[in-house]
Amino acid sequence: MSILITRETTFIIQGITGREAVNMTRECLDYGSKIVGGVTPGRGGREVYGVPVYDTVRQITSRTRVDGSVVAVPPAFTRDAVMEALDAGIKLIVIVTERIPRYEVAQMVEMARVRGARIIGPNCLGILSPDEAKMGGLGGRAEDARKAFKKGFVGVMSRSGGMTTEMCNTLSAAGLGQSTAVSIGGDPIIGSTYADLMPLFEADPETKAIVIYCEPGGRMEAELAQYVVEKKSRLPIVAFMAGRFMDEMPGMRFGHAGTIVEGKADTTTEKIARMEAAGITVAERIEDIPGMVRQRLGL
Amino acid sequence: MALFIDVEVAPQVASSPDLARKLVEVCPVNIFALGAKDALEIVEKNLDECTLCELCLSVAPPGGVRVKKLYGERQVLERRG
Amino acid sequence: MRFYEFEAKKLFGKYGIPLPAGSRVAHSPNEAAAIAEEIGGPVVLKAQVLTGGRMKAGGVLFAETPSEAAHAAEKILGLVIKGHTPRGVLVEARAPVEQEYYIGVTWDGFARLPVMIFSDMGGIDIEEVAEKHPEHIAKRHFSTIHPFSDYMAKELVASLGVSGTHLLRLSHIAAQLARAFRNHGLTLAEINPLARLEDGRFVCLDGHVDLEDDARESQRALLEELGIDPNEKRQARPPTEFEVRGSQIDAADPRGVAGNVVEFDGDLGLIIGAGGGSLTLFDAIRKHGGRPANYCEIGGNPSVAKTCALTKLILSKPGVKKIAVMMNVVSNTRVDLVARGVIKGVIESGCKPSEKIAIFRIPGSWESEGFKILEDYGVEYCDRTVSMYEAAGRAVAKMREG
Repeated sequence: MSILITRETTFIIQGITGREAVNMTRECLDYGSKIVGGVTPGRGGREVYGVPVYDTVRQITSRTRVDGSVVAVPPAFTRDAVMEALDAGIKLIVIVTERIPRYEVAQMVEMARVRGARIIGPNCLGILSPDEAKMGGLGGRAEDARKAFKKGFVGVMSRSGGMTTEMCNTLSAAGLGQSTAVSIGGDPIIGSTYADLMPLFEADPETKAIVIYCEPGGRMEAELAQYVVEKKSRLPIVAFMAGRFMDEMPGMRFGHAGTIVEGKADTTTEKIARMEAAGITVAERIEDIPGMVRQRLGL
Repeated sequence: MALFIDVEVAPQVASSPDLARKLVEVCPVNIFALGAKDALEIVEKNLDECTLCELCLSVAPPGGVRVKKLYGERQVLERRG
Repeated sequence: MRFYEFEAKKLFGKYGIPLPAGSRVAHSPNEAAAIAEEIGGPVVLKAQVLTGGRMKAGGVLFAETPSEAAHAAEKILGLVIKGHTPRGVLVEARAPVEQEYYIGVTWDGFARLPVMIFSDMGGIDIEEVAEKHPEHIAKRHFSTIHPFSDYMAKELVASLGVSGTHLLRLSHIAAQLARAFRNHGLTLAEINPLARLEDGRFVCLDGHVDLEDDARESQRALLEELGIDPNEKRQARPPTEFEVRGSQIDAADPRGVAGNVVEFDGDLGLIIGAGGGSLTLFDAIRKHGGRPANYCEIGGNPSVAKTCALTKLILSKPGVKKIAVMMNVVSNTRVDLVARGVIKGVIESGCKPSEKIAIFRIPGSWESEGFKILEDYGVEYCDRTVSMYEAAGRAVAKMREG
C-alpha cells in the first residue's frame, strides 16, 4: 500500500496553464495519475493535455469527486487558491509554490486544521507512490520517475525535493523500493512535518522502515525524535543529515528558506544528538542508507 | 559563437512573412527574430539555448527548418515530409 | 533581514512602545553632542552593528555631558566590531533601572503559530532563561486567522503573577509588539531588556527585529519609512564583491537559479545544486579534504547563458584551479543545458573543459543528451550509479593530482 495517494486518487491542478504546471500535468498523467480538472481563473473552457480547465474549483467539485489539489500558482495568489480549495472541501493540498510569506503559510496551515484537511508543502515537489500515482513534479518525467522510484516498503520524507529523488534512486538501486515518497517542503513552516506524517506510515501495513532527509534550521527533527519516543513507533528510521558545515557559520543562509542556524537547536550536531538519543540511525553518506535500513530490519 | 546548436532555415521559409512570424512566436528561447522588412533573422547568441522542443520544425513545411546538433553524432532534426 | 537597533526602535515607536527619551542616531561626534544636549542628562551611546558582542568590544559607552558624548561617539564610530563598521551611534537618555523584563514574538515551528514570550528575567539570553529558569517564562500562541485581541497579551503577562498597573503597561507593550509582528511579516520582534525605571515607567532598552526575506516586497513602504534600502541583503557578514557579482548574474536572467554564491577561500570552484543537493555536496567535498572556493545553488533549469556566466565568474576568482559540477538526480533542471553552459563558460574563459572540469555529476533529465556533449569535450562525468559522495571524492582527488 501507500499513504496519501493511490492510483484511485483524483486531483486537480490550480494554476494548470502556467509553464511549469503544464509540464507537471503531463508528467503526472504519463505516470498514471487521475487529474480530473485544472483551474486558471479566466481560462475556463480550455484543455491542457486533455484535462479540462475551469475558472473556479467549485465548478469541478460540484461535478465530480476531488480528493486533492496541487497548487502551482504564483506566491501572491497562493493563499487565495488554497482557501478556495479548502472551502470547496478538498482534503489534500500539495503546495508547490515557493517564496510565500510565512504569515500566509501559517494562515493556510491553520485553516486546513480547522477544515480537517492536510497540506503538503509549500516549496515542495509533492508526493509519489511508486506504481500508483504521483501528485506534483517529484521525479520529473514519468520515464525518469520510474527509474528512480520503485515499489517497496520504505517510507521516504524529505525537506529537499531533489534529494527525495536522489535518496529513492539510491534505495531503488539497492533493491529497496518505497511505499510512498513525500517531499515535505523546504520552508520554515510547512503543512506536514515528519511527525505529522509518521502516523500515516505507521498505519500502512506495507511500510516497514522510514528514511528521511534533514537539514539545519527549525525544530522538525526534534519534533520527530519526541514523537518516536513518546509513541514508541514500530518503524525504524534512518536519517541523512546534510549541511553539517553550516554549524560553523551561524546566521548565514544556505539552501532552503528554512535552513539557517539561529540558535544551538538549529545545528546539525544538536539534531543528530537528539535523533540518535531517540533511536534514529543517522547516515553521513547517502550510499550508507540502504545498508542501515537492512541492518535495522535485520535483513 | 554557438557551440552546440545551429539552425538552418530554407530561403522560401525565411522569405515568407507568415512563416517567419510563426517561428518567432513558437520558439521559447527567441532564436528567431524579425529584422528589417519582416525578414527572418537567426539570433546567434540564443542558439545554444535551444531546448530541442522541435516546435519550429512543426510550424514550417518539411525540411524548411533544420536544427543541427554540433556535438555527438551531429544529428540533424527536421520534419519529414 | 535583521534590523539595526535604531530601526527596530523606530518601528516600536510607531506602535506606541515607549523608548528612552531622545533616542536618535548620530553619525558624527557633533551630532551625538547635540542629541545629548537635547536630552539634558546622562546618556548611553551604542554602536549600531548587526552583530552581538558590542558591549565587550567597547561599542556601548556612557556619558554625563554633551562633550563626553562627542568623545564617546568618536571612539565608537572608529570601531570595527567582528568585521562590522557601526552604522552610526544611537544616543539615548539613561535612567536608573528597577527591573528588567523580556518580551518577544516569534514563530513556534512545532505549533506553526506565532507565540508571545514574556519573562521577568530580562537582559540575558532568553534561551538561557528557558533552560535554567523555565518558571520565569510565559508563552502564549495566537491565531493567524482570528483577530488579535488585547486579552491574549494580558493572559501572557498575568501568567507570571504580574498584576496592577505593571500588568496593564506590560501587556499593552506585548500586544503592540504582536501587532507589529503580524502587520509586517516579521519573524522576530523582541524587546530585551524591557526596563521598569525607578520612576515606574517602562522603556525598551534594546530591540531585535527580523523581517523575512519573502516579505520584503510587501513591506516596501515600511522599509522606506525606516530608511532601509530594500535591496540590502544583510547576511551575517557583508557580501563580498564576488557574491555581489553572483547575485547580479542571478538577477539579470529570470530563467532558473544560478549565481547565488557564497565565497570561500579554497581552490576548487563549485557549480552545485539544488538546495539540499548543495548542502550534501559541500559537506562531501569537505569530508574528502577538499577546499571549496565557493558555495552555490543552481536549480530551476537555468538558461545556458546564466550557467555560462556563473562558470566564468567562478573561474575568474583568483586561486581557482578547477571546477566541479555536481547535483542530485535532477527532475526539471536539464543535464544537457547545464553541460552546455559550463563548457561554454570554460571555453570563453580561455580554458579547456577537459582540464578545468574536475568532474561532472548530474544525472537525470536529458542525461543522455548531456553525456554526449561531455564526451565530445573530453569531460569526466558520471551517472547515477556514482554517488554524490564518491563524485566529490573524485573531484578532490583530481585537485591533488594537479
